[in-house]
Amino acid sequence: MKQYTINLMVCAGTGCVSNQSFEIKEALEKEILKHNLQNEAQVVTTGCNGFCGAGPIVVVHPEGIFYQFLKVSDIPYLVEEHLLKGRPVKKFMYVPPKEEIPIPRMNQIPFFSGQTLVALRNRGMIDPEFIEDYIARGGYRALAKVLTTMSPDEVLNEIKKSGLRGRGGGGFPTGVKWETCKKIQSDRKFVICNADEGDPGAFMDRSIIEGDPHSVIEGMIIGAYAIENIKEGYIYVRMEYPLAIKRFNIAVQQAKDNGLLGNNIFDTNFSFDIQVRRGAGAFVCGESTALMASIEGNPGEPRAKYVHTVERGLYDCPTCLNNVETWANVPQIILKGADWFTSIGTGDVSIDPWGGSKGTKVFSLAGKVNNTGLVEVPMGITLREIVFHVGGGIRDGKKFKAVQTGGPSGGFIPESLIDLPVDYDELTKIGSMMGSGGMVVVDENNCIVDMAKFFLRFTQDESCGKCIPCREGTKRMYDILERITNGEGKEEDLDLLDELSNMVVESSLCALGGSAPNPVITSLKYFRDEYIAHVKDKKCPAHICRPLLTFTIDEKICLDAGHGCGVCKKNCPDDAIIGERKKAHKIDPVKCGKCGVCFDVCNFNAIKID
Amino acid sequence: MPKLKIEDLEKITEDYKRKMTLRDGGGKVKINVHLGTCGIAAGARKIISTFMDEMEKSKVTDVILITSGCAGLCSREPMATIEVLGNAPIKYVDLTPEKAKIIFEKHVLNGEFVQEYALSVGSEKIQ
Repeated sequence: MKQYTINLMVCAGTGCVSNQSFEIKEALEKEILKHNLQNEAQVVTTGCNGFCGAGPIVVVHPEGIFYQFLKVSDIPYLVEEHLLKGRPVKKFMYVPPKEEIPIPRMNQIPFFSGQTLVALRNRGMIDPEFIEDYIARGGYRALAKVLTTMSPDEVLNEIKKSGLRGRGGGGFPTGVKWETCKKIQSDRKFVICNADEGDPGAFMDRSIIEGDPHSVIEGMIIGAYAIENIKEGYIYVRMEYPLAIKRFNIAVQQAKDNGLLGNNIFDTNFSFDIQVRRGAGAFVCGESTALMASIEGNPGEPRAKYVHTVERGLYDCPTCLNNVETWANVPQIILKGADWFTSIGTGDVSIDPWGGSKGTKVFSLAGKVNNTGLVEVPMGITLREIVFHVGGGIRDGKKFKAVQTGGPSGGFIPESLIDLPVDYDELTKIGSMMGSGGMVVVDENNCIVDMAKFFLRFTQDESCGKCIPCREGTKRMYDILERITNGEGKEEDLDLLDELSNMVVESSLCALGGSAPNPVITSLKYFRDEYIAHVKDKKCPAHICRPLLTFTIDEKICLDAGHGCGVCKKNCPDDAIIGERKKAHKIDPVKCGKCGVCFDVCNFNAIKID
Repeated sequence: MPKLKIEDLEKITEDYKRKMTLRDGGGKVKINVHLGTCGIAAGARKIISTFMDEMEKSKVTDVILITSGCAGLCSREPMATIEVLGNAPIKYVDLTPEKAKIIFEKHVLNGEFVQEYALSVGSEKIQ
């Protein structure tokens, strides 16, 4: 095999691909050829690096030099300087916020050094479309280990002992789920990988699939072996993830070609196969019963779960469904042992499987934070560490207001609670949830009522409509929030919102409705002041809800600094600005459409918003 | 395609080891060829190719070859710094492909440094 001395790892996750990383790869190859370096430097595409906010990203090994925000036009210079002359290029390196000196190496950047990688251990290190890369980093060893040295019961016990809990949101102990499925007598059973990740702002699963699809497949094979009597598995991938679907298909085909899926794996009696299914394009299909209905070819609607899917799931057979990240953790637990896994995280799971949260969790960090992207951190880390250390703090030096965890089903966590350790139970206690791991940071310029409305709008749109509390309840709640943000809210509305929230939570059929009011409940609980300001004072403290704003012109500034320049008057679409050139201008509140154009065009900050 | 056997996993890993060592930034020995304008002019490229050929021939997996800028002593280029993990780095000067071969053989593979081609032991202090 050809050996190179330099590897250029080009991030080819969805984020970087949309920022032209494939074009960058082409340009790199072209320049390398031009300088006759093709025998020294190899360009490798990898899965998502995690630091999506800085994409497109190229990491140059062996030094591990991290380049960000690259453009195709930068490549000739980069290749000539770094590869030909051996001088890493400072101007493409990462510079921490408010500092000037760049950090050249990837592992010295706080965003990366603050993380603990288990599920994402191969990210940026392998080409996800080559099975050999995965094997070379310890891949399929766990499978070899269980098939040759462990009985199915031993595998199950190891997973139970590890305290691994479902990473898709609910946090149900994986070992308990497997055991229940194992105990039920049936000739046909299934395992499913739920890759229908739909939360706005969440991309953990996508990134694992795009970066390391074989780890998920290996986890599923091990799961099927431990539960026994399972010959078939399904991977259900969200329709909107074309790259993830492609990489899964490639990986499954490679596993089949190499005999890692199919009959008599590693020449043992164990046989298992996997099919990849493209999702139906609805958020609710991420719910286990709706997902199974969708695989069967039926409309993706949930059913009541008085009989659990581990007993009667897909085609009425016992089915064990786990999330992408959960499966990706399994091979590592088998290889390194349950004791290693329990050494990371919180609580004690030796007696009660619900007694703690073990291992790591991948979060997608988004919103008003400096370093947006994907982070994997140990359970029990505080939100403050995630936001301020790994995330690099709030953008533009603004003030932190809240973190929304768990996507549209989670809740807002205010500043007073950000020193809380992040695990399943602590987050649930304060009214939010781990969810699949979305984390949206909210700063002082975000209106909490508006945010709650945004998330509710999403769940209301995605409600499948089968049960009334979810279909009608979220609709009415949305109407009330709409009223409040339009300045037509009444104080009684807040009590009504409380009551409706509880009703929807209590009486919805599935977890979509059961958790949809969480953003409203938590924002009412922790940010009631903001609601009161909206309904009572008719003001939006964050200046987001336009109908509640009043625009005025500071006549002194207008005259002294701007000499009545008239730019605002010229640009006002409503002709609401009165005044002559070289004199102070005024806004006619009756005509003002509150569009904010005057604020944007005024060069002297004379427009005031209240 | 034949089915993979468990032994094959180890074989693939062995084949890919150098690639992975490279990406991990690990490796027992680091060869650093100085590639300033002076180095390039004096023929540092040939030195790199020599080291690469030798790495290929000897099938080592834990050696990484990196390049860096001018080391400051332009009159003695081509230069290379060799660092065996845990030992002080050694700077070699006035290299030729023949000298590079000997250095690779003795220092990189066997850990004995070649006094006659060496300039100094250790690195400058970085303030």
